[in-house]
Amino acid sequence: MENISNPKETLITLIDIHKNYTRGSETIDVLKGVNLSICKGDFAAFMGPSGSGKTTLLNLLGGLDVPSKGQILIENEDIARMPEKKLTDWRARHVGFIFQLYNLIPVMTAFQNVELPLLLTRLSKKERRRHVETALAIVGLADRMSHYPRQLSGGQEQRVAIARAIVTDPTFLLCDEPTGDLDRKSANEILDLLTRLVNEHEKTVLMVTHDPLAANQAKVRFHLEKGELAHFDGGAA
Amino acid sequence: MKYLPLLIANIGRKKMRSVLTVGSFAVALFLFGLLGVIHLAFNQGVEVAGVDRLIVRNKTSLIMPLPVSYKEKLKQIDGISSVTFATWFGGVYKDPKNFFPQFAIDVPTWRAMYPEFVVNDQEWKNFEQDRQGCIVGRKILDRFGWKVGDRIPIQATIYRGLWDFTIRGVYDGKREADDTTQFWFHFNYLNERTPFQKDYAGWYTVKVENPDIAPRTIQVIDGRFANSPFETTTETEKEFMAGFVKQFGNIKLIILIVGSVVMFTLLLITGSNMSLSIRERTNEIAVLKAMGFGSPLIFSLILAESVGYAVTGGIVGLLLCKLFTLGGDPTHGLLPVFVLENQTAFLGVGVSVAVGLVSGFVPAFLAMRLNIVDALRRI
Repeated sequence: MENISNPKETLITLIDIHKNYTRGSETIDVLKGVNLSICKGDFAAFMGPSGSGKTTLLNLLGGLDVPSKGQILIENEDIARMPEKKLTDWRARHVGFIFQLYNLIPVMTAFQNVELPLLLTRLSKKERRRHVETALAIVGLADRMSHYPRQLSGGQEQRVAIARAIVTDPTFLLCDEPTGDLDRKSANEILDLLTRLVNEHEKTVLMVTHDPLAANQAKVRFHLEKGELAHFDGGAA
Repeated sequence: MKYLPLLIANIGRKKMRSVLTVGSFAVALFLFGLLGVIHLAFNQGVEVAGVDRLIVRNKTSLIMPLPVSYKEKLKQIDGISSVTFATWFGGVYKDPKNFFPQFAIDVPTWRAMYPEFVVNDQEWKNFEQDRQGCIVGRKILDRFGWKVGDRIPIQATIYRGLWDFTIRGVYDGKREADDTTQFWFHFNYLNERTPFQKDYAGWYTVKVENPDIAPRTIQVIDGRFANSPFETTTETEKEFMAGFVKQFGNIKLIILIVGSVVMFTLLLITGSNMSLSIRERTNEIAVLKAMGFGSPLIFSLILAESVGYAVTGGIVGLLLCKLFTLGGDPTHGLLPVFVLENQTAFLGVGVSVAVGLVSGFVPAFLAMRLNIVDALRRI
């Protein structure tokens, strides 16, 4: 198992994770016995060629999919064994998702998009408003609350998506190619924002990326090849 | 309630599609309401028929008369508390298209027999004292712009000549479904002027002391006049009215078939629209599920969206139908009671909800079963 030599508390531990898909009579092994651990407050990047299993790993970490074999311990709770209902509730409380194409709801304003995850909580309307305003202020879009996604640039849309991901104060953020659809300048701004979330707000960020520059922002980097963890780079970015 | 903005946003997403879907419901529920109105119009006599009233008519046919002497004979039968009679006049006012029913009534007994028709005491008194007087229903009074005191010429079609009447009063119905398109005048006036069929009435209405004794009383009446030159057929007022409606064909079946076809078509239209809408939003639904929106919640939201379309359209359609009925009977006489009852309107809303639920079920179920990973991969 790759251990991050870090005195911080371990947040995520993957033990012998396998994932395979069956296509007709053929079984495809996407992940082949992955072991790793990630500490609280880490900014981790997963790199590797297409088909190496990065996104599958991210889906497993986010509780969107279940492994064929192995354990996914998050805060000592094995999410691989959770029933669907419990896993759904767990996702709402612990995971913030950031996607490459932002995936905002186009017919809702930035405010309404960010408010969506809070609808699942017991917060009052007033409290929800306060949380949304705080999240949008953190990403620097306090003045764009009533804008629709089509009225925002790509970078701004991704910031709204980040605000939506952090508004519930989740345990960690999962970013799937968060800069993949952005120009360099906007990409850097998003990466700076993610770094700031780690450094100033003590968030744990796990990011899948093809972009070496983006990966360099991370504190730790995992390289996947053909479903296996090829090597780990824990040097400071 | 907190999900309302999400629902509204989704409904307003494709405005043209939403308008067309809501419009489809509106048209269908307008038609539903109208069918209900027509059904009521044909059946209002059946619906509001007195449970303690029997109709006695000539056994051969309704158009064959009965002697007025039967009045006293009927009164003597046990269990009958009152008797009245009337004759169909069948005249026209100015133009044949100005149809409304005119009855020559037995004035002394008529009013007590039909307490659901309300006439001012003084007006009734004036009517009693004027042999050429008449009482008209509120709807025809309003339709022709008449007022009390006006002289009304009616051209007879069964009898002969032009008959002049003076409006002495107006009657209203206690209930919305009561027919206020009738025109009543003195039987004695008809009897005097008619050279043929003197002292014959069209039919009798008798009131029984208790509805429970109606079946026995029917047997007694028909038995009493059996083997006479004028044998009778007696039935409850409800049966009589139902038989009258049957002459127009099976209205209920026609309405049921038309209504079912419309609703089934609506089901297909809405189901198709909802499926299309959900397919376009696959990735959004996947993102919501990833965020923690559980499958039952996704199912409920989509079903609510479908019901939202249905109820909005349904209410619009029913309101339009209500407005349409406020204009009165468009056939000028064939449908004397042309109203959208609250009961029909509520049933229409219920039907809208049901169609919304059924048409939204499959898309909602598919969305509920959506695999997040597969859906996100499709983006």
